[in-house]
Amino acid sequence: MDHSVSVQQEDFDAATEYQALRGSDAGTGAIATFTGLVRDSGDLQGVTGLFLEHYPGMTERVIEDLIEQAAERWDVRKARVVHRVGELALCDQIVFVGVCSAHRSDAFAACAFIMDALKTSAPFWKKEMTESGEHWVEQKDADLARSQSWEL
Amino acid sequence: MGNENTLTVRFFARLREELATDSLTLPVRPDTSAGQVLSELAAKGGPWAQLDGRQPVMIAVNQAMAKPETRLKAGDEVAFFPPVTGG
Repeated sequence: MDHSVSVQQEDFDAATEYQALRGSDAGTGAIATFTGLVRDSGDLQGVTGLFLEHYPGMTERVIEDLIEQAAERWDVRKARVVHRVGELALCDQIVFVGVCSAHRSDAFAACAFIMDALKTSAPFWKKEMTESGEHWVEQKDADLARSQSWEL
Repeated sequence: MGNENTLTVRFFARLREELATDSLTLPVRPDTSAGQVLSELAAKGGPWAQLDGRQPVMIAVNQAMAKPETRLKAGDEVAFFPPVTGG
Protein backbone atom coordinates (compact mmCIF):
# COMPACT_ATOMS: atom_id res chain seq x y z
CA MET A 1 0.00 0.00 0.00
CA ASP A 2 1.31 3.42 -1.00
CA HIS A 3 2.31 5.37 2.10
CA SER A 4 4.79 7.89 3.42
CA VAL A 5 6.07 8.71 6.91
CA SER A 6 8.19 11.76 7.62
CA VAL A 7 9.57 13.05 10.93
CA GLN A 8 11.05 16.47 10.29
CA GLN A 9 11.87 19.87 11.77
CA GLU A 10 10.54 21.80 8.79
CA ASP A 11 6.93 22.85 8.48
CA PHE A 12 4.71 21.03 6.00
CA ASP A 13 2.08 22.25 3.53
CA ALA A 14 -1.24 20.51 4.16
CA ALA A 15 -2.40 21.33 0.61
CA THR A 16 0.66 19.60 -0.86
CA GLU A 17 0.05 16.57 1.38
CA TYR A 18 -3.60 16.50 0.28
CA GLN A 19 -2.67 16.65 -3.40
CA ALA A 20 -0.17 13.83 -2.90
CA LEU A 21 -3.00 11.76 -1.38
CA ARG A 22 -5.40 12.65 -4.19
CA GLY A 23 -3.28 11.32 -7.03
CA SER A 24 -4.97 9.47 -9.87
CA ASP A 25 -6.41 6.41 -8.14
CA ALA A 26 -9.98 6.21 -9.38
CA GLY A 27 -10.74 3.70 -6.62
CA THR A 28 -10.34 6.41 -3.97
CA GLY A 29 -13.65 7.96 -3.05
CA ALA A 30 -12.73 9.58 0.27
CA ILE A 31 -9.81 11.35 1.88
CA ALA A 32 -9.77 12.06 5.63
CA THR A 33 -7.07 14.30 7.05
CA PHE A 34 -6.16 15.53 10.52
CA THR A 35 -3.80 18.37 11.43
CA GLY A 36 -2.62 19.00 14.99
CA LEU A 37 -1.50 22.50 16.06
CA VAL A 38 0.44 24.02 18.97
CA ARG A 39 -2.06 25.39 21.53
CA ASP A 40 -1.48 27.96 24.28
CA SER A 41 -2.61 25.67 27.09
CA GLY A 42 -1.86 22.05 27.88
CA ASP A 43 -0.62 20.72 31.21
CA LEU A 44 0.18 24.38 31.93
CA GLN A 45 -1.54 27.66 31.09
CA GLY A 46 0.32 30.37 29.19
CA VAL A 47 2.29 28.00 26.97
CA THR A 48 4.56 30.02 24.68
CA GLY A 49 5.87 27.15 22.57
CA LEU A 50 6.77 23.46 22.49
CA PHE A 51 9.92 21.39 22.14
CA LEU A 52 9.42 17.94 20.62
CA GLU A 53 11.90 15.09 20.91
CA HIS A 54 11.77 11.70 19.17
CA TYR A 55 13.69 8.43 18.88
CA PRO A 56 15.08 8.50 15.32
CA GLY A 57 14.49 5.19 13.59
CA MET A 58 12.07 3.73 16.12
CA THR A 59 9.54 6.55 15.73
CA GLU A 60 9.29 6.08 11.96
CA ARG A 61 9.08 2.30 12.40
CA VAL A 62 6.21 2.54 14.91
CA ILE A 63 4.22 4.86 12.62
CA GLU A 64 4.78 2.54 9.63
CA ASP A 65 3.46 -0.29 11.78
CA LEU A 66 0.35 1.73 12.73
CA ILE A 67 -0.37 2.38 9.05
CA GLU A 68 -0.05 -1.35 8.35
CA GLN A 69 -2.41 -2.13 11.24
CA ALA A 70 -4.91 0.39 9.86
CA ALA A 71 -4.68 -1.22 6.41
CA GLU A 72 -5.45 -4.63 7.91
CA ARG A 73 -8.63 -3.32 9.54
CA TRP A 74 -9.97 -0.85 7.00
CA ASP A 75 -9.77 -0.11 3.30
CA VAL A 76 -6.66 2.10 3.15
CA ARG A 77 -5.49 2.88 -0.38
CA LYS A 78 -2.89 5.46 0.56
CA ALA A 79 -1.69 7.08 3.81
CA ARG A 80 0.66 9.94 4.71
CA VAL A 81 1.94 10.95 8.15
CA VAL A 82 4.15 13.97 8.82
CA HIS A 83 5.25 14.80 12.38
CA ARG A 84 7.45 17.72 13.31
CA VAL A 85 10.16 17.77 16.00
CA GLY A 86 12.33 20.47 17.55
CA GLU A 87 11.15 23.91 18.65
CA LEU A 88 7.63 24.88 17.65
CA ALA A 89 5.79 28.17 18.18
CA LEU A 90 2.13 28.77 19.08
CA CYS A 91 -0.22 27.98 16.17
CA ASP A 92 2.49 25.98 14.36
CA GLN A 93 1.48 22.71 12.74
CA ILE A 94 2.71 19.63 14.64
CA VAL A 95 1.28 16.61 12.87
CA PHE A 96 -0.56 15.64 9.69
CA VAL A 97 -2.35 12.33 9.11
CA GLY A 98 -4.13 11.67 5.81
CA VAL A 99 -5.83 8.50 4.58
CA CYS A 100 -7.42 7.57 1.22
CA SER A 101 -10.18 4.95 1.13
CA ALA A 102 -12.96 3.91 -1.17
CA HIS A 103 -15.57 5.15 1.33
CA ARG A 104 -15.66 7.80 4.06
CA SER A 105 -16.25 5.46 7.02
CA ASP A 106 -12.94 3.66 6.41
CA ALA A 107 -11.08 6.93 5.81
CA PHE A 108 -12.43 8.51 9.02
CA ALA A 109 -11.75 5.40 11.11
CA ALA A 110 -8.25 4.74 9.79
CA CYS A 111 -7.24 8.40 10.19
CA ALA A 112 -8.56 8.54 13.77
CA PHE A 113 -6.97 5.20 14.67
CA ILE A 114 -3.52 6.21 13.36
CA MET A 115 -3.70 9.53 15.24
CA ASP A 116 -4.97 8.02 18.52
CA ALA A 117 -2.45 5.17 18.45
CA LEU A 118 0.42 7.51 17.48
CA LYS A 119 -0.22 9.58 20.62
CA THR A 120 0.29 6.63 22.95
CA SER A 121 2.78 4.44 21.08
CA ALA A 122 5.08 6.52 18.84
CA PRO A 123 8.16 7.69 20.75
CA PHE A 124 7.67 11.46 20.76
CA TRP A 125 7.89 13.64 23.86
CA LYS A 126 6.54 17.18 24.21
CA LYS A 127 7.94 19.83 26.48
CA GLU A 128 5.86 22.92 27.16
CA MET A 129 7.66 26.27 27.38
CA THR A 130 6.15 29.08 29.47
CA GLU A 131 7.38 32.45 30.80
CA SER A 132 8.11 30.76 34.13
CA GLY A 133 9.85 27.60 32.93
CA GLU A 134 9.65 24.31 31.05
CA HIS A 135 7.55 21.22 31.70
CA TRP A 136 7.65 17.74 30.12
CA VAL A 137 4.05 16.88 29.25
CA GLU A 138 2.52 13.93 31.12
CA GLN A 139 0.74 11.15 29.24
CA LYS A 140 -3.04 11.52 29.63
CA ASP A 141 -5.42 8.77 30.78
CA ALA A 142 -7.94 10.09 28.24
CA ASP A 143 -5.41 9.53 25.42
CA LEU A 144 -4.69 6.02 26.66
CA ALA A 145 -8.42 5.29 26.82
CA ARG A 146 -8.95 6.56 23.25
CA SER A 147 -6.09 4.43 22.01
CA GLN A 148 -7.32 1.36 23.92
CA SER A 149 -10.86 1.86 22.56
CA TRP A 150 -9.52 0.73 19.13
CA GLU A 151 -8.34 -2.61 20.49
CA LEU A 152 -10.22 -5.54 19.04
CA MET B 1 25.58 -0.27 18.87
CA GLY B 2 27.80 -2.03 21.41
CA ASN B 3 30.54 -4.47 20.60
CA GLU B 4 30.45 -8.20 21.33
CA ASN B 5 30.48 -7.76 25.12
CA THR B 6 28.40 -4.67 25.63
CA LEU B 7 25.00 -3.12 25.18
CA THR B 8 24.09 0.46 24.44
CA VAL B 9 21.59 2.08 26.80
CA ARG B 10 19.77 5.21 25.64
CA PHE B 11 17.57 7.68 27.50
CA PHE B 12 15.07 10.18 26.13
CA ALA B 13 13.16 13.31 27.13
CA ARG B 14 12.74 13.96 30.87
CA LEU B 15 14.91 10.95 31.78
CA ARG B 16 17.70 12.09 29.45
CA GLU B 17 17.65 15.52 31.09
CA GLU B 18 17.35 14.42 34.72
CA LEU B 19 20.06 11.74 34.37
CA ALA B 20 22.19 14.16 32.31
CA THR B 21 22.90 11.16 30.09
CA ASP B 22 21.72 10.32 26.60
CA SER B 23 23.68 7.12 26.14
CA LEU B 24 25.74 4.59 28.13
CA THR B 25 27.71 1.49 27.24
CA LEU B 26 27.36 -1.35 29.75
CA PRO B 27 28.88 -4.81 29.92
CA VAL B 28 26.26 -7.47 29.23
CA ARG B 29 26.02 -10.66 31.27
CA PRO B 30 24.41 -13.83 29.94
CA ASP B 31 20.65 -13.95 30.53
CA THR B 32 20.33 -10.33 31.70
CA SER B 33 16.88 -8.76 31.29
CA ALA B 34 15.97 -5.15 30.56
CA GLY B 35 14.41 -4.95 34.03
CA GLN B 36 17.67 -6.07 35.65
CA VAL B 37 19.58 -3.34 33.82
CA LEU B 38 16.99 -0.84 35.07
CA SER B 39 17.39 -2.05 38.68
CA GLU B 40 21.18 -1.87 38.49
CA LEU B 41 21.02 1.68 37.18
CA ALA B 42 18.49 2.64 39.89
CA ALA B 43 20.96 1.41 42.52
CA LYS B 44 23.38 4.18 41.51
CA GLY B 45 21.11 6.47 43.58
CA GLY B 46 20.49 10.19 43.14
CA PRO B 47 18.42 10.91 40.04
CA TRP B 48 18.96 7.29 38.92
CA ALA B 49 16.76 6.07 41.81
CA GLN B 50 13.67 7.13 39.81
CA LEU B 51 14.29 4.05 37.63
CA ASP B 52 13.26 1.81 40.55
CA GLY B 53 9.66 1.57 39.41
CA ARG B 54 8.22 4.51 41.35
CA GLN B 55 7.23 6.07 38.04
CA PRO B 56 6.41 4.46 34.72
CA VAL B 57 9.39 3.83 32.44
CA MET B 58 8.86 2.48 28.94
CA ILE B 59 11.42 0.07 27.51
CA ALA B 60 12.50 -0.53 23.91
CA VAL B 61 15.01 -3.14 22.76
CA ASN B 62 16.50 -2.68 19.30
CA GLN B 63 13.89 0.02 18.65
CA ALA B 64 10.86 -2.15 19.36
CA MET B 65 8.73 -1.91 22.53
CA ALA B 66 9.84 -4.45 25.12
CA LYS B 67 9.09 -5.57 28.67
CA PRO B 68 11.20 -5.77 31.85
CA GLU B 69 11.54 -9.52 31.29
CA THR B 70 12.89 -9.08 27.74
CA ARG B 71 16.32 -10.80 27.58
CA LEU B 72 19.29 -8.87 26.30
CA LYS B 73 22.30 -9.96 24.30
CA ALA B 74 25.57 -8.33 23.35
CA GLY B 75 25.18 -5.58 20.77
CA ASP B 76 21.56 -4.78 21.75
CA GLU B 77 20.34 -1.20 21.97
CA VAL B 78 18.11 -0.73 25.03
CA ALA B 79 16.17 2.49 25.53
CA PHE B 80 14.38 3.76 28.63
CA PHE B 81 11.95 6.65 28.37
CA PRO B 82 8.87 8.25 29.93
CA PRO B 83 5.39 7.50 28.53
CA VAL B 84 5.15 9.11 25.10
CA THR B 85 3.32 12.39 24.45
CA GLY B 86 3.42 13.14 20.72
CA GLY B 87 0.70 14.15 18.32
